[in-house]
Amino acid sequence: MSHSHAAHDEHHDRAPSGLMRWVTTTNHKDIGTLYLSFSLLMFFVGGTMAMVIRAELFQPGLQFVDPQFFNSMTTIHALVMIFGAVMPGFVGLANWMVPMMIGAPDMALPRMNNWSFWLLPFAFILLLSTFFMPGGAPAGGWTMYAPLVMQTGDAFPFLIFAVHILGISSIMGAINIIATVFNMRAPGMTFMKLPLFVWTWIITAFLLIASMPVLAGAVTMLLTDRFFGTSFFSAAGGGDPVMYQHIFWFFGHPEVYIMILPAFGVVSAIVPTFARKPLFGYSSMVYATASIAFLSFIVWAHHMFTVGMPLAGELFFMYTTVLIAVPTGVKIFNWVATMWKGSMTFETPMLFALGFIVMFTIGGFSGLMLGVTPADFQYHDTYFVVAHFHYVLVTGAVYSIMAAVYFWLPKWTGHMYDEKLGKLHFWLSTIFVNVLFFPQHFLGLAGMPRRIPDYNVQFADWNMVSSIGGFMFGLSQLLFVYIVIRCVRGGQKATAQVWEGAHGLEWTLPSPPPYHSFTTPPVVK
Amino acid sequence: MIRRIRHRHFVAALTTLTGLLWSFGASADWTLNMRKGVTSISQEVYSLHMIILWVCVVIGIAVFGVMFWSILHHRKSKGAQAAHFHENTVVEIVWTLIPFSILIFLAVPATKALINIESTGNSDLTIKVTGYQWKWRYEYLDEGLSFFSTLEAKSNQARHLRSGVDVATVDNYLLDVDNPVVVPVGRKIRFLTTANDVIHAWWVPDLGWKRDAIPGFINESWARVEKAGVYRGQCAELCGKDHGFMPIVVVAKEEADYRKWVEEQKAAQAAALQADNPDREWTKEELMAKGESVYNANCVACHQTDGKGMAGVKPIAGSPVATGDVADHIDVVMYGRAGTAMAAFSQLSDAAVAAVITYQRNSFGNVAGDLVQPSTIKTEYR
Ligand code: HEC
Ligand SMILES: [Cu+2]
Ligand SMILES: [Cu+2]
Repeated sequence: MSHSHAAHDEHHDRAPSGLMRWVTTTNHKDIGTLYLSFSLLMFFVGGTMAMVIRAELFQPGLQFVDPQFFNSMTTIHALVMIFGAVMPGFVGLANWMVPMMIGAPDMALPRMNNWSFWLLPFAFILLLSTFFMPGGAPAGGWTMYAPLVMQTGDAFPFLIFAVHILGISSIMGAINIIATVFNMRAPGMTFMKLPLFVWTWIITAFLLIASMPVLAGAVTMLLTDRFFGTSFFSAAGGGDPVMYQHIFWFFGHPEVYIMILPAFGVVSAIVPTFARKPLFGYSSMVYATASIAFLSFIVWAHHMFTVGMPLAGELFFMYTTVLIAVPTGVKIFNWVATMWKGSMTFETPMLFALGFIVMFTIGGFSGLMLGVTPADFQYHDTYFVVAHFHYVLVTGAVYSIMAAVYFWLPKWTGHMYDEKLGKLHFWLSTIFVNVLFFPQHFLGLAGMPRRIPDYNVQFADWNMVSSIGGFMFGLSQLLFVYIVIRCVRGGQKATAQVWEGAHGLEWTLPSPPPYHSFTTPPVVK
Repeated sequence: MIRRIRHRHFVAALTTLTGLLWSFGASADWTLNMRKGVTSISQEVYSLHMIILWVCVVIGIAVFGVMFWSILHHRKSKGAQAAHFHENTVVEIVWTLIPFSILIFLAVPATKALINIESTGNSDLTIKVTGYQWKWRYEYLDEGLSFFSTLEAKSNQARHLRSGVDVATVDNYLLDVDNPVVVPVGRKIRFLTTANDVIHAWWVPDLGWKRDAIPGFINESWARVEKAGVYRGQCAELCGKDHGFMPIVVVAKEEADYRKWVEEQKAAQAAALQADNPDREWTKEELMAKGESVYNANCVACHQTDGKGMAGVKPIAGSPVATGDVADHIDVVMYGRAGTAMAAFSQLSDAAVAAVITYQRNSFGNVAGDLVQPSTIKTEYR
């Protein structure tokens, strides 16, 4: 960091421009932008599949697609949304914000950063190309349960390799974040002074490193079962199909926290800003996050209550699962206490954060219900579960990403977005997302299984309501794209602090921030 | 005038919309909650469900109440000044302990219910349920009775893409089968679930539980149906293309009616066995006729009515197997093809296997000309 600013700029003059700038970039902001744009693109790809699903379910009877294609839709919709939209969305936010929040010039491992992003498009080209293969795209569910997944056509190895590549990308991203936070904090930025977004991301990064290799192992075993004569999961060959589920969910449950812990971090940044009051219970937030992360490794079999575990196993997983409600509750209470006696305003990021708190809690309630084993014997694999995880993932994870984008967009672009349109986007989304997902609770309780392309007429009414909500929610998201693009193009100039109540190192930098965030480390008192 | 026309348009639009919403006839409904069901388990699960639901509602009202109160009163536009507090150990300990004690309060009935559900001993009869792609097989182990249960013909016709059949006219669309599983009222029935190909799950909401049917595993569960009636359910674990089309129908009958049903079934099964006698010589016409019905019941879902197969399923029409060495053909049908959706069909009777193979070799444009005798299957493949 000794060379002068002038030399630095010269260096950038020689950097490639146009497309090659993005291909070769090692800059945390460029890569953050790439991740976020990719995430948005995948949100629409996965969203289009959701529209196909809701169109088919609009009425009983098959109208548009055959059942096999319908199954491909649910399978690929999930994979695209999880690995293409939500996870890269959070990595994009981390790329942009972590160095600025800890007072660093960039990420610790910039070349690896470039690679971990550029693996993603290739993984999704592999995955999406399967639609054109004999046998069609994978249709055995995103959980890829053996033995059903073995019936995948030529797409099978492409599915496995896509998952491998996504895993490698995630692990590299996680290592980078850990290396950055552990080594590049500004003087005085101790761990217990880190913004919660950084804390939740470190813990997420450890979850990624611990769980993604497990997924890679599971799918590799599928691969050898199919092509190299092993029978890990084939009962006929002496293997055990249930073991696949154990391994998968040992990854799968931490995975759901990978998609929600950074959201907690985002909300913990936004609520204090707009309540103009410091976050309540900072240290209990850190400990609650860590306990959730720990518990997430000992609850996996709550996804498998119906496989026929011994009673002791069912009791253990029921108790550990409902226990997660405690640290999660602590977080909700802390946010409410932060608002209490604050001086609140309700700009779009705050609206999305409040929407998150309410609707994520609703998803948390249904999660608690699902964790109670005897009741799960009824709820499991019905639309009740579909409603549950869409509340935590759409009105949870996706809402937090949107909140974060509205919150930091002025910082990134130097322009304010259109507040009126932002609020409109929030209200449209919030009304229709509930029209979309709330009735699915009723459908599940009434007995509609998930992952079916057609149903008895008794389920017709709520399905039609849900589909209407779905189409309108989908349309509302076009507004989001418009708002973001308009803000990138121009708009009212943003100040460095942007929001009256904003505190933290990222708000000390000008908007937009310089190419290398902090060339001389700030001192944190 | 203009206003009146607008008004009329509006009313018309509204009636169309409501009409659309209600167009699915009398059986459509706006059910909100879980049903109580007809077993002690289902009632226990229902009350557990209601307890947790109310606990969640109360907590929700409390937390969101505080939050919205704060949103209404502590807003800058109302001149609220921000306080500066940011921790309080006592409060934080209290709101960690309260949820914890609520959980313990919930865990007690949940544990009791679970222990009850898992107590499968002392049963009066045992029914083995096997999931196949895409049908169920029921075996009454104490009676030596067994049969397959598949989607009822009318539903099966209506369910296809652009079938031209209005599904609202089909009774119990997708929830009806050809052969329901009949059980006696008031007896403790032990269900053993397993599967032949991929994982399925056997679920009848009125019984209060679902249980996975897993190849290589046998799961135990139980039910004592308290009321005679017809109870419908579906496969609940994604099991491939026709996962949505393998319903379950349980018919609960009074003891005497149940016994009568068992005797009838036994007689029918004996007669079928007689007709299926593998030891006699079958004519080609007999084999072709039986083969067609076996094909339509067991193979058509994948290989299709024209024998041309579909994505991922090899055709029978012009297949090198169905026109080549007959031994290979028998092998595929008896043992399946590992790693593909083509499962073994050895559970079919000798006559059915011989007939369907004969049928495949001499239909869809195939002219192998040969035929397979049931006795061949019986002596060489069993
Ligand atoms: C669940 C779907 C399914 C059902 C039901 C099914 N098959 Fe198949 N069948 C397949 C698939 C998939 C293949 C191709 C296997 C492969 O790729 O080698 C196949 C292949 C075959 C072949 C070999 C064709 C060739 O050229 O290699 C024969 C013969 C056959 N099936 C007969 C039957 C008969 C007889 C039945 C009914 C009793 C039946 N199948 C039911 C899925 C099915
Ligand atoms: Cu989980
Ligand atoms: Cu099934």
